[in-house]
This record gives sequence, C-alpha cells and structure tokens, in this order.
Amino acid sequence: MQVPQLSFWKRYHVLGISVTLLLVLLTVISAQLTGVDVGAFAKNSPQFLVILKQMQQPDWNYLSQIQKPLAQTIQMAVLGTTLGTILAVPFAFLAARNIVKNWWGRSLVRLGLSLIRTLPNLLLAALFVAIFGIGPMTGMITLAIFSFGMVSKLFYEIIETIDMGPVYALQTTGASLLQTIRIAMLPQLAGRFASDILYALEINVRASTVLGYLGAGGIGLDLQQSLDQFAYPQTAVIIIAIFVVVLIIDLISNLTRRHLQ
Amino acid sequence: MKKLRSKWGRWEWMIGIVLIISLYWWSIRGIPLVPIQKSAGQVSASILHGMFNPDWSYIYNGSGEDLVSQLVITLAIAFLGTFISAIISVPFSFLAAQTNSRWFHPRATIGKLLLTAIRAFPEVILAIMFIKAVGPGSFAGVLAVGFHSVGMLGKLFSESIEAMDHRAELAIKATGGTKLQRFWLATLPAILPAFLSATLYRFEISVRSASILGIVGAGGVGTPLMFALQTRDWSKTGVILLGIVLMVILIDGLSSYLRRRLH
Repeated sequence: MQVPQLSFWKRYHVLGISVTLLLVLLTVISAQLTGVDVGAFAKNSPQFLVILKQMQQPDWNYLSQIQKPLAQTIQMAVLGTTLGTILAVPFAFLAARNIVKNWWGRSLVRLGLSLIRTLPNLLLAALFVAIFGIGPMTGMITLAIFSFGMVSKLFYEIIETIDMGPVYALQTTGASLLQTIRIAMLPQLAGRFASDILYALEINVRASTVLGYLGAGGIGLDLQQSLDQFAYPQTAVIIIAIFVVVLIIDLISNLTRRHLQ
Repeated sequence: MKKLRSKWGRWEWMIGIVLIISLYWWSIRGIPLVPIQKSAGQVSASILHGMFNPDWSYIYNGSGEDLVSQLVITLAIAFLGTFISAIISVPFSFLAAQTNSRWFHPRATIGKLLLTAIRAFPEVILAIMFIKAVGPGSFAGVLAVGFHSVGMLGKLFSESIEAMDHRAELAIKATGGTKLQRFWLATLPAILPAFLSATLYRFEISVRSASILGIVGAGGVGTPLMFALQTRDWSKTGVILLGIVLMVILIDGLSSYLRRRLH
C-alpha cells in the first residue's frame, strides 16, 4: 500500500516560512525608515502617562463651552450626509450593472467614484480649507464629498441585488426609465438605502469631530486649542463628550435601522 | 402583500417626518452660510494643473525629501503600525470574544468596553499625544496607527473568533489532545485566514491614515502636503495628491487580491 506523501512545498511549509521571512524583512526595513527608537519611547513614556494622568481629572465646567461646537459637529454631519446622498443616487444608478448595460460607461463612473474614495476625509478637509476657506461650510462640503464616495458604492451594490422581475414587467408595458425606477425599484430599495444612510451618518459624526482641527468647523477647533495650550483636563472633557455623542448617535441609528428591517 | 397600517403606524410615520424636518431645521440654522472664497476657482485650477503637469524633479531626486521617498515612509508607517497592532490585538480579541450566549459575560464585556474606549480616541489626538512623548516624526505616526488599530482589529478578530467553527477543536478534544494541541492544531488554523484578511483590510485603512498624520507632524507624506498648502504651492499640492491617490489605489488592489486568495 502506498502511503500518501505531502509535496516538498507543503511538507516543509515553504510558503508559510517565506511569507514570515518577508514580513520580518519588511518590519526591519520599516523600522529603519520610520526611525523607531524603543529607547526613547521607554524613556519618554512617563511623559505620555502624565498626559493620561492629567486627563483623568476632566474639567467639567468646560462642558458648557463646548455645547455649541458639539451641536455644530452634528449639524455638519447631518447636512453633509444628506448632500452627499442626494448627489450619490444618480451616480449609483449609473454604476449599477443591471441598469447601465454598457461596460465602458459603467466602468468610467465606477473609476471616478473609486478615485473619490481614495482620499481620506482629513485630507479632503485640508484641501477644501485651502480652496473654500475656514468655517463649518467647508466641513459640510468635505463630509458631502466624503459621503458621496461612500454612499454611492453602498447604493450601487444594493441596486445590483434587487429582484428584476417587476422592472422587466414595467418595461414590457412601455414605462420610461424614471417610471421604472420609481415604481419597480424604489419600493425595494428605500429601506436598505435608509439603513445605509444612517450608517454613513454614524461614520460622518465620527469624522466631523476631528475636521475642525484643520479649520473646518465643529468641536475639532476646541480640541486643537486645548491641546495647544496643554489644557489636558479640557481635552479629556472633549474626548468624553465626543465619545458620548457618538455612542448616542450609534444607538439611535441602530434602533432605527432595526425598526426599518 | 402590503400590510395594512394600523392607526398607530400612521402616527409613527407622522412623528418620524416631524422629527426629521425639525432635525434639518436645527441643522440648517446651525451652519452659517458664508460665501466661499473668491480665489476658490483659481486655486482648484492650479491644483489640477499641478496634477497633470507634475514637477518631475520633485517626484524622485534621491534626497529623501522627494515624493517617492515620502510615500515609502508613509507605507512603512502603515505597515509597522498595522503589524504591531495585529500582534497586540490577539490577546485583546480573545478577551473580548463572547464564547457562549449567556446574556452577561464579564470577561467579554470588559474586553469589548476596552476596545471601544481605544476606538474613542481619534487617531489625530493619539498622534499629538505620542508626538509629545517621542517628538515629531514618523515614529509617533507608527505608535498612533499601532495604538488606534487595536480598537478596530481587536473587534474584527473577536468577531471572527465568535463565528469560528468549533468542530475541529471538539474532534481533537475527543481524541484526548491537550489544550495547547487543541489551540495549535484546530483553533489557530480555523481563525488565521480571517485574522490575516482583517489585518490586510486594516492595512488599507492605515495607509490612508498614515498619509494624513503628517498634517499634525507625525511623519509621512502629510508633512510635505501641509507645507505645500501653507506656502500656497498649488502645483506641488497637486503632485502630492496624485501620489497619494496612486499609492492608495495600488495598495487597495494588492490587498484585495491577497484577501481573495485567502478565502
């Protein structure tokens, strides 16, 4: 009887070992490039702990001062998400495989959308502050563009999964494209669209809290000031406030989403 | 098949609509409408011009200050940060995984709270805190990415532990395997692909983060970008943007190829 033998590759784990070696090599190169200095970190980490220690005594009186910027943060997120979503809907339909049959047209739209998604939101903020000037308007535009990229992808993936039966039925009766979308598609899409919009809103609330750091409105500006003035007890209050707001928004959004399904 | 809506259902809709309208009313009033800068059009045109007519001498000149070197450093920050956090995340994820369905699970609850607390710190703030500890530069960026990623990777890892297939573990237990053998031969092979896939996904996000951390002084390509924006050097801004976009596309493509191979 012949005993089954593992091939040389599998027997000596050639793939696993070479991947491990590659990772180790990349780690060493990265460490050299980024100037990792464990000694300095060990020496200075008490200073890091001092910051954390100061943060343990939050300056609660400061809370009354940050209510307005905190509200502005949420307002920016709400409006930015809405604008981005409105922009995203037509592009999502143009990028969906079952709506646009032309491969070239679809790919062109998708390429544009994925180019927008490559830019992180803080980078967009830095760019738009330079272009549009400082203020919450810039934050809103940043979030609108950012959510446009995100929502359009989520939407076209939903559109591609719908049941095409009602669509064909309407098309055979000679309905126009818009009529088909309104009567055969929207009822299938509305709930899941709403759920994804709420998801985008959650992400945008998180994102909008740091945009102000670059001058794009909201709580980030106060965050920057407190850090620049080494007022860590105030920083702690801001971080806790952001955390609570994000938790509440997540909670509301999760409840609503469960209700929608 | 539409359900008949009860009277209460109709009220629910009305309340929802009123709430949404008041939310928008509140939001619109909170954002002061200011006219955008007059130079907006000109600035964006210059940035676009810089993108399509790159200054080749800046892209690579071997000085270490050029675009390619900065992008490589950005990748190094993202790689090292993700690598460190993937290792730190493993014990955290075992701590946070809820392995049975009792409604209260002290160990998993503590673990999940810890991970949520780590995620609550925005990366930029972490970077600033680490800059105060180790000085400005790429190392602070590595630490910020490494620390912040633990929050997300720990969560993803613990979710894949919760969803894992326990049959192989049981089989080894049935043959009398020790705890270590069970972990080495059944648990690890079952969760490793999911862990690697999550780590690759996080690497994609880390590359994006690393490219902006330079804005606060934590190294990488964000530093020259910030200088270019501050000195109103729009064509340089355009080139750097182009570089970041190409790098992100390349890494996303590579990572999604590797992740597809894993499954």
